Amino acid sequence: MNPELLIHLILWSPLLGFVLNGVFGSRYNSSIAGTIACLGPLVGFIATVLLYFSFQQPIQFSYYKWFGSEDQFSVDFSVMVDQLTLLMLFVVTGVGTLIHVYSLGYMGHDKGFVRFMAYLNLFIFSMLLLIMGSNLVMLFAGWEGVGLCSFLLIGFWFKNADYNKAARKAFVMNRVGDLGFILGIFLTGFYFKSLDIPTILSGLQDIQPNDPQIVLITILLFIGVCGKSAQIPLFTWLPDAMAGPTPVSALIHAATMVTAGIYLVARMSGLYNLAPFTLDIVLWVGLATAFISASIALKQNDIKKVLAYSTVSQLGYMAVALGCAAYSTAIFHVMTHAFFKALLFLGAGSVIHGLHGEQDISKMGGLHHKMKSTHLVFLVATLAIIGCPPLAGFFSKDEILAAAYNHGKINFIILAVCSVFTAWYMLRLYFGTFHGTFRGTDEVKNKIHESPMIMLAPLFVLAILSAVGGFAGMPDIISEQHYVSQFLKPAVSDQPHHVSHFFEYVLWAVTVLALVSIAWFTNRRYSTSDPSVFDKSEGFPASLLKNKYYLDEIYDTLFANPLKALGTWSKNVLDPAIIDRVVKWPGNLVTEAGQGLKPLQSGMIGWYVMSLTIGLLTIIYLFLF
Amino acid sequence: MENQVPEIFNVIPHTHYVLLSTILFVIGIIGVIVRKNVIIMFMCIEIMLNAVNLMLTSTSAYYSHSGGQIMVFFTMAVAAAEVSVGLAIIVMIYKNLKTINIDAFQKLKG
Repeated sequence: MNPELLIHLILWSPLLGFVLNGVFGSRYNSSIAGTIACLGPLVGFIATVLLYFSFQQPIQFSYYKWFGSEDQFSVDFSVMVDQLTLLMLFVVTGVGTLIHVYSLGYMGHDKGFVRFMAYLNLFIFSMLLLIMGSNLVMLFAGWEGVGLCSFLLIGFWFKNADYNKAARKAFVMNRVGDLGFILGIFLTGFYFKSLDIPTILSGLQDIQPNDPQIVLITILLFIGVCGKSAQIPLFTWLPDAMAGPTPVSALIHAATMVTAGIYLVARMSGLYNLAPFTLDIVLWVGLATAFISASIALKQNDIKKVLAYSTVSQLGYMAVALGCAAYSTAIFHVMTHAFFKALLFLGAGSVIHGLHGEQDISKMGGLHHKMKSTHLVFLVATLAIIGCPPLAGFFSKDEILAAAYNHGKINFIILAVCSVFTAWYMLRLYFGTFHGTFRGTDEVKNKIHESPMIMLAPLFVLAILSAVGGFAGMPDIISEQHYVSQFLKPAVSDQPHHVSHFFEYVLWAVTVLALVSIAWFTNRRYSTSDPSVFDKSEGFPASLLKNKYYLDEIYDTLFANPLKALGTWSKNVLDPAIIDRVVKWPGNLVTEAGQGLKPLQSGMIGWYVMSLTIGLLTIIYLFLF
Repeated sequence: MENQVPEIFNVIPHTHYVLLSTILFVIGIIGVIVRKNVIIMFMCIEIMLNAVNLMLTSTSAYYSHSGGQIMVFFTMAVAAAEVSVGLAIIVMIYKNLKTINIDAFQKLKG
């Protein structure tokens, strides 16, 4: 088929779903609305598969000229599909379709079901705009679109004030990052006289490494990345974003939207290669993010919070890969992470669904009898994320560790500690949820049920992907074919890495040993009937971790409270003293003038006629003399 | 031919017409201002109107120009309409206030 036609299909079918459901959704029953919503990404996925098989070289075309002048600077509404886009398309439409199907079951009884599905479609459309946009403005439009959908979906249950606060927090923190991004776009346009990504990347030959302007541009873009991809210091919105329904957490806050920042850096890889200084910043921010959030996850009891911090930590891994200039590795991890993290969230959603809304793991336990299928897929996902060979997470994480090792021993050590943390908190979650004995109330216990087939089917598909997805990128000691990096080669400019085979073997052996011992410890500790083991948080490191390093409090003290104080001061002092006076005096003038002239309206007709006569006489007098 | 003053103005000079209509008009104004009875005030308004009519007719005759007299027809037609509306208003005032003293009708006070 004609590739352009396929691109039209991919891009516009989710938007069509959104418009149909958003405008007419309340007219027909929810099963039709659900079908329409699922068809949006499904059509996109099928078209992506067809596009993949007919793909020869990058396609770029313009719908129309957006703004700008004829001969100088102009921006088109144009899309581009190259290898990187194609891989992201698979992730977005594929995982997106599965999560849409899952939502049919998970959200089916919700009153806002149609609205929910419409938002999901709008999200998919924005995400597609983001990854298919061929210039930075298009990318930014999608970037803001996904931010909007994230806001709408976090606050989906808008009657709960806390959820609205979480939505607002996500939105505001993203704005902070977006300010950097938009400044980066301006500077790019100023420096390169174009915002078209291929044009920018092809005009880089004459630029020296660490050119100050390039460094500035890349840093500004990376600030945007920090906001969207939840890197330090802008990551605190992501754990709160778990207020949204679980499919949202899976789709937006784990699999797709938060990887947009990683995608952006990979897309601009040529630019970042010219700024080793920025790459170092990316590397260290990634390391700090991975470490801090992984350590916080150790002490969280809310099943979705653990997964949220785990997501932040994995995004930190991806940033580390970017910082090592191993862009295709980062994208590879984006892909495998999308599989297993979506699966983890959906599995957690299945658990929450089965327990009628319980999210606290200290009140779970022993669920593997009652929820066999969920247990199975959750186990696969857990093994995948902790890097157990040969599941998906193993290969991508192994690559990131190798890249980090290549870049410096200290990076490797920090990341290795993070991996140990990852294994610990994931296995704690797994054993705490599915093993031991049930620790909740009897009332809940009697009502535990396995989720319906429509929710389980996407889980199985994702479980298969989590299990075998890693074979797309095997290290060179197993196979010469690293499919992902070869496929992405024309689109992203990796810097070469080489790790000795001996190191690889040692790494594997240590991984397996560490995982087995952690599994043994966590099993002994958390496969229990005693809920108090989850709450032990006395002492120095534990309470610090339990309270998330007090980061929210620190941000409140440093930024939120001063701003609130400024607002209060302005309301109580500035406004009455200056603004009110300036604005109110014309009003007061008119009021007082009216008061003064009021007696003229005496209501006595004679008086009116007299004034009329006097007025007339005056006019005549003035005219005649 | 053009400035041929009609015969009648030799008997009664045009000045008299002007004086008469002025006096009538002033009587009307003073009546409206000083009287309290609505019907009397209304009549005073009619006097003013007719003073103007007289002025228009005599002047138009004096200059042998029909414009003023045509205008009087219009004025009379409008006055007829105005009388019916005005009397209706007076009836309503009486129905509501049980009096036609204008001092009782001060609801338009600011």
